[in-house]
Amino acid sequence: MYYREAGQFKTAYEADQAILPLREDRVGMVLSIAVALIIPFIANDFILASIMIPFLILALATIGLNVLTGYAGQLSLGTGAFMGVGAYACYKLTTIFPDVNIVVHVLISGVFAAAIGMVFGLPSLRIKGLYLAVTTLAAQFFLEWCFIRIPWLYNYNDSGAIEVPERTGFGGLVLTGPAADPFTRYFVVLAIVIVFTLLVKNLVRGRIGRQWMMIRDMDIAAELMGVRPLVAKLSAFAVSSYIAGVAGAMFVFFYLGAAEPEAFSITLSFQILFMAILGGLGSLHGCFFGAAFIWGLPIVLRTGLPAIGIDLGAEVIFHIAQLIIGALIIFFLVVEPHGLARLWSLAKEKLRNWPFPYG
Amino acid sequence: MDLLYNILIDPFVEMVRLPDFFLQVLWEGFVGGVLYALIALGFVLIFKASGVFNFAQGIMVVFAALTLVGLHERGVPAFLALALTIGVMGLLAYLIERIVMRPLIGQPDIILLMSTIGLTIFLIGLGEFIFGGEPKQMITQELGLPTGSTAIEIGDGGLLIFQHIDVAAAAIALLMVGALAVFFNKTRIGRALRAVADDHQAALSVGISLHQIWAIVWFAAGIVALATGIMWGARSDVSFALEIIALKALPVLILGGFTSIPGAIVGGLIIGIGEKIGEIYWGPLIGGGIESWLAYMIALVFLLFRPQGLFGEKIIERV
Repeated sequence: MYYREAGQFKTAYEADQAILPLREDRVGMVLSIAVALIIPFIANDFILASIMIPFLILALATIGLNVLTGYAGQLSLGTGAFMGVGAYACYKLTTIFPDVNIVVHVLISGVFAAAIGMVFGLPSLRIKGLYLAVTTLAAQFFLEWCFIRIPWLYNYNDSGAIEVPERTGFGGLVLTGPAADPFTRYFVVLAIVIVFTLLVKNLVRGRIGRQWMMIRDMDIAAELMGVRPLVAKLSAFAVSSYIAGVAGAMFVFFYLGAAEPEAFSITLSFQILFMAILGGLGSLHGCFFGAAFIWGLPIVLRTGLPAIGIDLGAEVIFHIAQLIIGALIIFFLVVEPHGLARLWSLAKEKLRNWPFPYG
Repeated sequence: MDLLYNILIDPFVEMVRLPDFFLQVLWEGFVGGVLYALIALGFVLIFKASGVFNFAQGIMVVFAALTLVGLHERGVPAFLALALTIGVMGLLAYLIERIVMRPLIGQPDIILLMSTIGLTIFLIGLGEFIFGGEPKQMITQELGLPTGSTAIEIGDGGLLIFQHIDVAAAAIALLMVGALAVFFNKTRIGRALRAVADDHQAALSVGISLHQIWAIVWFAAGIVALATGIMWGARSDVSFALEIIALKALPVLILGGFTSIPGAIVGGLIIGIGEKIGEIYWGPLIGGGIESWLAYMIALVFLLFRPQGLFGEKIIERV
């Protein structure tokens, strides 16, 4: 009734090729961005700093992984380490050039992650699937080892962790460090995430993205039709690691504030892989669903269970959350292997026929 | 020059200079390798029969050991606890087959892999929920396993120390491989298992129940996991740290081949010994702690030259 394309005629190619061709979708997008803009004015610092900011950053990291796994079909278990590369690169950059705006550093640090990602992506030219997973695991453990064993990376400080220094930008706003307001940090993160989502959306529906998908669906056919696997795969690795690196830098500079090498362990890689799979491989809005789900569920359980009178202690609730997430992952894979994004489009399909469903 | 000397010559000089230490390192690596091999064995069993790469094998090891220790802590006699744990692993195998694997037949590999990762998380949560997250002591003595160590003198005053439990672990691993070989080659179910591994549809058409076979291989993998868990727990503690170590089974399988039981054993030993020797003799050159990634790098090099592994079938998809 309210959600249908009938009557919306496209009279120009531009309108036909729009990212959101349906008026209802555009309205929905404007509404969700409006909600994202309103949240900081009504939510308290806790919600901003520990829920919204990490959610956005992890969603961005998931987009990075989705480019590689969802669009180009290359399984990666090393996202966490690539995020770490971004974080450490950003830390070194801001140590060497303290006066440059931190956002510039965050964007540049992704380049380092991209370079390292491409090196570890080289084996993908010969192998795929589980075998490739091993090479990304090698990246994960090797880079984690580097973060611990190369003291230059953390400026030889005794704790072995990187402490985010205070940095200002955009006319004296404190952007990072303990003094930074979650309000400010939220808007910086939101801006970067929106810009990147838009960029990736255009990338995946453009020439490069279609090449990635051809490689994913059938590499031999893609090669026959003139897609160069070398270029397509390595560009997927580069873009994916770049985004992961940016997300990692933001993860430390705008969310954690200080990070030890353990922050980028295989656990983080798995967490992001789950976000990508549960959200739906090969869909961008799915990344946000997946990140919200995996990041939000433990928080909801932690705050929700005591609220309805079940007080079990933090540790037990953590275990229960893990149990539920594990069960839900299996449940989703069994019921809907294409993730939350597919549920979303099914819901839209239902909405289209509502209230007179047929067929 | 100095660097080249340190990399190419010095480690070997050290090996010759202190042969007893070298043998000790070899033995340590061998024992570590046996445990990798046992974990890899569990992977191979399931991969052969269903093509599923069972990520949860590592956590099944922890879960089995935790169940055993947890039951004993609650006052169940050791051997009854062992029997009960085997029962639990059987139930787990049945449930996994019924709830997870059966509905996912025909899905792409990555989905199946993800489901086993989901299973991993679920089992971690369940294990910690029931038995608590803190490391536990394995009930080595109660199970009648040997403890203590023997020192053997070799050469001129060199000492080689064997932990008894390590010898037992190697023996049990050997026994288990032998038992599996007999099971696969001589029994009715074993033959059915091999038929399923060869060709699902042909096996179905001669009346072999895939579901039953899959439940059985998961059960077999569960028992292998229990044995691994006991051995591992006796060496250190029963804790969830094992989850990371279990990932080492991946390089082991790449070396040995995903479908070969002897491959799992040989691969495990190569990785175990190689990583110990690398850590002791070459590790200090670059700061130590290289054990965490050396195995993957060995596998990476191997992938470039022999992607199907030492004993595997040539099923790998080359690009």
